[in-house]
Amino acid sequence: MNRPGPAVVPRIAPKARLQRDEVRDREVLLYPEGLVALNETGSAILNLCDGTRSVAEIVQALKQRYGAEGIEGDVTAFLDGLAAKGLVTYAPPAPPSYPPTPSAPPR
Amino acid sequence: MVPKPLWLLAELTYRCPLQCPYCSNPLDFAGARFKRELATEEWCRVFREARALGVLQLGLSGGEPLLRPDLETLVATAHELGLYSSLITSAYRLSKDRLAALKQAGLDHVQISVQAADAGLSDHIAGTASYRDKIAAYHYTRELGFPLTVNVVLHRTNLHQVEAMIRLAESLGAERIELANTQFYGWAFHNRDALMPTKAQLDAAWEVVQRERARLGNKLEIVWVLPDYHEQYPKPCMGGWGRAYMTVTPGGEVWPCHAAGRITTLEFANVRDHPLEWIWSESEAFNRFRGDAWMPEPCRSCPRKTVDFGGCRCQAFLVAGDAGVTDPVCSLSPQRRLVDEAVAAAERAAAAAEAPAEWAYRAAPASRAIAAKG
Repeated sequence: MNRPGPAVVPRIAPKARLQRDEVRDREVLLYPEGLVALNETGSAILNLCDGTRSVAEIVQALKQRYGAEGIEGDVTAFLDGLAAKGLVTYAPPAPPSYPPTPSAPPR
Repeated sequence: MVPKPLWLLAELTYRCPLQCPYCSNPLDFAGARFKRELATEEWCRVFREARALGVLQLGLSGGEPLLRPDLETLVATAHELGLYSSLITSAYRLSKDRLAALKQAGLDHVQISVQAADAGLSDHIAGTASYRDKIAAYHYTRELGFPLTVNVVLHRTNLHQVEAMIRLAESLGAERIELANTQFYGWAFHNRDALMPTKAQLDAAWEVVQRERARLGNKLEIVWVLPDYHEQYPKPCMGGWGRAYMTVTPGGEVWPCHAAGRITTLEFANVRDHPLEWIWSESEAFNRFRGDAWMPEPCRSCPRKTVDFGGCRCQAFLVAGDAGVTDPVCSLSPQRRLVDEAVAAAERAAAAAEAPAEWAYRAAPASRAIAAKG
């Protein structure tokens, strides 16, 4: 399988749910018969997975928020790890926002 | 420091239309001890207290949880609390409308058992014609967008069907199939001779599992619950006693696992008498085997004690007669021969081509007779 590029849009899989765990002061990703405990970065990434942002946009948002550089690899690895467990799915890149090319005039 | 629980198994009722001979419910489920089921408000309070303690995963089980007419209310409460809820059901007479109502209430995940890969054998093992309902319910589950786990308990009579079971789960679009080799507690312990597989059966099934895992990748998760009598080391039962997990029984007793009620040397507190927090943190039953101070040799000096926590207390009680000794499944246990003898008896019977012993179906009359005997 091709590795998804930075333009794909990650989304939390329907079977999984982000949940605040007040007792342990963290967020967790819950799924059938299991959970992933999230650190602050993991939480931040998943909260940006809103089904509209691409991986590149998520990286950009994190850079702005934390002033961190060189985080692409970490973000991708984190998301790929969850995707391998079926907890994150990737959608193809969103179509460009400018109007599509009009169909060619009849000859 | 007392750890915080993550899992609550809510056994809403011990009533069940199925009669599986390996049921993990207590043998005396129909007796006085379990007679008076918790009311709706009592369960809701248990869920709230569990959530405040740190529980995030809720199993709604039984018996057959669908027999509780308040199931939708319980699911809705769990959902409001932020619990991830799984319905663990036989799906007997489960309609699409009921399942849709449960979805509406916020149910997260559905696990439906099946007893074999075809109707004839499945209905025979269940003791109740239920295969058709199950197949219909699998489809409803997918149509409504639930993640689906197919659960099959494996034993002597159905292990040859493992490949067909996996193909069935695949064709249904399930997320997971749990191939759960029989763990010998409750009715399964009572019917151990009839259910015990042979080594050859287990080896053949395990080969199929490995092959199918390679073929399916992450399309279908295949969970293989180890047949611990055939292993060298015990399972890390419940991730350790009183460490992450608790079961609340239909009548409100709280157990460190769903088999622990059989340990007659422990007294279990009831949510009707005590807050869940006290039961988890303070009660004698939850503290008796918490941590490793209770461990005798060979566990005490064993490097594996942080891996398997000395194995299963219920198994030590059932097989060796003492909940405080090393799980007799462990090859280092002085009582391992008790496990070897049970395994060897099954091998001898198979080698002599004897029909397996007859099992007793899990049913109320049999249960009441057992309860009366004490």
